[in-house]
Amino acid sequence: MKFTLSWLKDHLETSATANDIIETLTRIGLEVEHVDNPAEKLKDFVVAYVIDAKQHPNADRLRVCMVDAGLEAPVQVVCGAPNARTGIKSVFALPGAYIPAKNITLGKGVIRGVESNGMLCSAFELELSEDHDGIIELPEDATVGQRYADYAGLNEPVIEINLTPNRPDATGVHGIARDLAAAGLGRLKEREIKPLAASFPCPVSVMLDFASEDKHLAPQFALRLVRGVKNGPSPDWMQKRLKEIGLRPINALVDITNYMTFDRARPLHVFDAKKVAGNLVVRRAKSGEEILALDGKTYALDASHIVICDDKGVESIAGIMGGEASGCDETTTDVLIESALWDPLTIARAGRGLGIVSDARYRFERGIDPASVLPGLELATHLVLDICGGEASQITSVGEQPAGKANIEFPWSEVKRLTGLDLPTNDMAAILETLGFGVMRQAGNADRIFVQIPSWRPDVDGKADLVEEITRIAGLDRVTSTPLLRDEATIAKPILTLLQKRTRAARRALAARGLIEAVTWSFVSKERATLFGGGQPSLALANPIAADLSDMRPSLLPGLIGAVQRNADRGLGDVALFEVGQIFKGDGENDQRMSAAAVRRGTAKPAGTGRHWTGREASVDVFDAKADVLSLLNSLGVATGGLQLVAGGPSYLHPGRSGTLQFGPKNIIGYFGELHPRVLEDLDVQGPVVAFEIMLDEIPAPKAKPTKTKGKLEMSDFQPLERDFAFIVDRSVKAGDILRAAQGADKALISGANVFDIYEGTGIPEGKKSVGVSLTLQPRDKTLTDIEIEAVATKVVAEVTKKTGATLRG
Amino acid sequence: MSDLSALEAETLTAIAAAQDEAALETVRVASLGKKGSISALLATLGKMSPDERKSAGAQINALKDKVSDALTQRRSLLKDAALQMRLASETVDVTLPVRDSGIESGRIHPISQVMDELTAIFADLGFSIAEGPDVESDDYNFTRLNFPVGHPAREMHDTFFFNPNEAGERKLLRTHTSPVQVRTMLSQKPPIRVICPGRTYRCDSDQTHTPMFHQVEGLVIDKQANLGHLKWILEESCKAFFEVPHVKMRFRPSFFPFTEPSMEVDIQCSRKGGEIRFGEGDDWLEILGCGMVHPNVLRNCGVDPDEYQGFAWGMGIDRIAMLKYGMPDLRPFFEADVRWLSHYGFRPLDFPTLAGGLSA
Repeated sequence: MKFTLSWLKDHLETSATANDIIETLTRIGLEVEHVDNPAEKLKDFVVAYVIDAKQHPNADRLRVCMVDAGLEAPVQVVCGAPNARTGIKSVFALPGAYIPAKNITLGKGVIRGVESNGMLCSAFELELSEDHDGIIELPEDATVGQRYADYAGLNEPVIEINLTPNRPDATGVHGIARDLAAAGLGRLKEREIKPLAASFPCPVSVMLDFASEDKHLAPQFALRLVRGVKNGPSPDWMQKRLKEIGLRPINALVDITNYMTFDRARPLHVFDAKKVAGNLVVRRAKSGEEILALDGKTYALDASHIVICDDKGVESIAGIMGGEASGCDETTTDVLIESALWDPLTIARAGRGLGIVSDARYRFERGIDPASVLPGLELATHLVLDICGGEASQITSVGEQPAGKANIEFPWSEVKRLTGLDLPTNDMAAILETLGFGVMRQAGNADRIFVQIPSWRPDVDGKADLVEEITRIAGLDRVTSTPLLRDEATIAKPILTLLQKRTRAARRALAARGLIEAVTWSFVSKERATLFGGGQPSLALANPIAADLSDMRPSLLPGLIGAVQRNADRGLGDVALFEVGQIFKGDGENDQRMSAAAVRRGTAKPAGTGRHWTGREASVDVFDAKADVLSLLNSLGVATGGLQLVAGGPSYLHPGRSGTLQFGPKNIIGYFGELHPRVLEDLDVQGPVVAFEIMLDEIPAPKAKPTKTKGKLEMSDFQPLERDFAFIVDRSVKAGDILRAAQGADKALISGANVFDIYEGTGIPEGKKSVGVSLTLQPRDKTLTDIEIEAVATKVVAEVTKKTGATLRG
Repeated sequence: MSDLSALEAETLTAIAAAQDEAALETVRVASLGKKGSISALLATLGKMSPDERKSAGAQINALKDKVSDALTQRRSLLKDAALQMRLASETVDVTLPVRDSGIESGRIHPISQVMDELTAIFADLGFSIAEGPDVESDDYNFTRLNFPVGHPAREMHDTFFFNPNEAGERKLLRTHTSPVQVRTMLSQKPPIRVICPGRTYRCDSDQTHTPMFHQVEGLVIDKQANLGHLKWILEESCKAFFEVPHVKMRFRPSFFPFTEPSMEVDIQCSRKGGEIRFGEGDDWLEILGCGMVHPNVLRNCGVDPDEYQGFAWGMGIDRIAMLKYGMPDLRPFFEADVRWLSHYGFRPLDFPTLAGGLSA
């Protein structure tokens, strides 16, 4: 919403300065977005006279002009405008001038060998219009050397407010003035609108043709004919105002409707009565109908649009834009003025659907004052008669003004309850009354009043709204900051849930392993979602912003792998990224999981990346991913006693180089492994890439304990000893099974087991491997004798042989 | 006794000539060993007369002590020399580079860091962290929050929708964290103090908007929370978050469907050389929206607006991260460029606490 200060002063009697007004507007919720003083940006432009314009010696399309800009001597300028000719007056800028439309500062130049010391300007270059076909031509009486802004009267600050959608009343200058008056900046000038005494009836009738459930679409429609008008340009004062806020004057009748739109927030429409055939019908459009609108475009209509029709068909799109066929031009002598009410929601949807942005739509979709139909029509008629002459008919009006809202029962104390602000009731009453609310006091109850809501405030319907009205006008700066300390006088208590703690700790734990945290999109392409176990229809967006962001991610891996490859494409191939974030298993309330995942590529191993003098360069492998995930679980303090590791994993991992982590077959917490080469190919990613992903919410919670005591520490007085074994087993036997069998031989005595060697090749039969196992024996109550040690070793060999078919290597 | 003198001279020369501990040992064995020259002399004492033994014994023992001392001294000298040699041979080039351990190169994303900072601040004020799903119902995202039917936010051009499911329900991606307010009020009785950080989505993508972003929302419901308390919470938490001794805020009346009165809050700042500083300057920067929870929202969530009251506020996590830490653009937050992450990210042990300060 734009307006100028002088326009505001038509409605507000005030001595406030422009700055006061601007500051107050923002303070009361009409946020000033821009104050544009055209004189400011046009300060370098002056009125000039083209003394002489000659053909440029070296260019067909250029002219060399001698320009009198009120300086001591004429200035020579090269100009390309077709209308640059001897004897015209135009707008001129000297070198050093800033040209707003081009965002340049003018310099001296030589154009095709001829010196040029400035510029003759088009309206486009001054940002006054889109017209850049030629330089501005001014009347002969324009004073050479005068600042153009002064000459054209463009020295009025234009204020633009960023209006919130709840304030249709402030889409007109009058409503803005009312708010300012309430804020103490002056007095609202009310203009009494007297109905015209008309001698003849309106010859055109109107029918609201709606089914009973659609009556609300067009509650009221009023029409009046003015015959014998003369429709030329509107008066200068009106043109100037419209131009100042960026509107293009068209002709008096059209300009009057635009003026009413901004002045009173009352959009109107004018039909050339001679172009209207028969009577008017207001109805839903029919599929297949179309209209050539005033913007020169043809719109296809359907039942979601309301239209105004005559015998020929659709003449206007209700509340949005009129039709070209019945529009008013200089030949119009009889005009039909329409003042109506439309359903805001229907106008909003129709406008959005048709893609028409108009000043009428802007107001109707917010909600026009339902009491403005007849007064608005009267006011417009006055303007038409004043400016265009003619004789007005009586008004024909169908439908009726919708009933107003019920009064609000309001305790003054509500203001203090919600804001802490203690205001005298008289001040509060004054604010409400100046804003147009009716305040009805109750005898015998000083705190409780009834408030009548003005018709132009559809946004107000409850106590809280009145609190807002009073507070915003009284000033939010008067609300005092009041401490809101913790409820109890205690030390702050822990507030995080187990999952929240694990989520936070997971990030630090993974980062401490040299992984870098990424935050990737929650949505991935359908193809990628499908590759990683998702892609179901329930998680596909109906309106994705891009094809590669179409489906909710079933895993963090596609996003991370994509990110790793993007880094590789920039020459950073050895990358280790992690993410802790949500993944989606379905669209249900409980289908979201908190996942932690990491991806390593190239040589980004936990011990370090790339080549180093300490050893050979090595690629990431499945054990790096395994180390990452086990380190994470241990860092989170997860009791891993019951954790099982099963070889193999989901289809996107290498079947022979992946593992599944579970607390029992029904409680899988995640996977690790090398990415399947086919998946990498599908993703257009170069390996090697290894990854893990676990769902933090699937990890069992620790057992609740009554105290924080750690378990008793058991330290033996006797030295531990180590015994090594070398087993020959089939290649397919899992080291984990050997270790488990070995430890199972004597759980009390064997306190640790490790694999220190894996060997295949010379000396080992084909299809077999040698596994070197080292066991730690921890005596508890006495030193072991050789015989006892030997007995344990025998049991170990027997147990491993039984479970895995191993033989002891000779 | 010239024999003794000769033996002494000979032995000491041999000791001095020994070039390593093995050679020295040979000298020791030759003189003091069982069959050594001095041991042999000592063995002759037994056959002597007491007088002879007395004088010869003293002389021989003196020689023995002298040789012993010389051996000890020489041994120590040789040991030192050997150690010197060993140390010289063991010298390495300590300027060779070592590898980084993860704790130096790993990084925490600024969004996670800021969420941890907010948690530290609000936990101290007795707020819990409430969370909800990203895939939401229209009811929780809009209807219960008092968005009227036909509100532009409910249209496809602003909000990501899913196709209707078998039950005919059309789910959506939450456009703000406010549905968590609804969930909190429906599941817990006042007094309520929560912040709701989380991921939010809108159909918007340009220089300053991404289709996914992060918000944090605060909600207080009890029997006296008013605008004055809201002001205090916002001032204090902004001071704590931006780690400045004072901030100046400007509350402007505004409009949101779910609060009444509604306000937008600007924070006073200066902008110098691309750096924003709070608590000084004469510029205003819009930072958040807030207000008293709308009575309709309270009612929709089973809370009686005449008995309880409260306020809510919301702001962009990505945005306050940018303001505090100076990232010029939003889009790189989600591009996972390791150069950006390494630069703007935080070290694994930079855990924000009120005791130690939020940032290092």
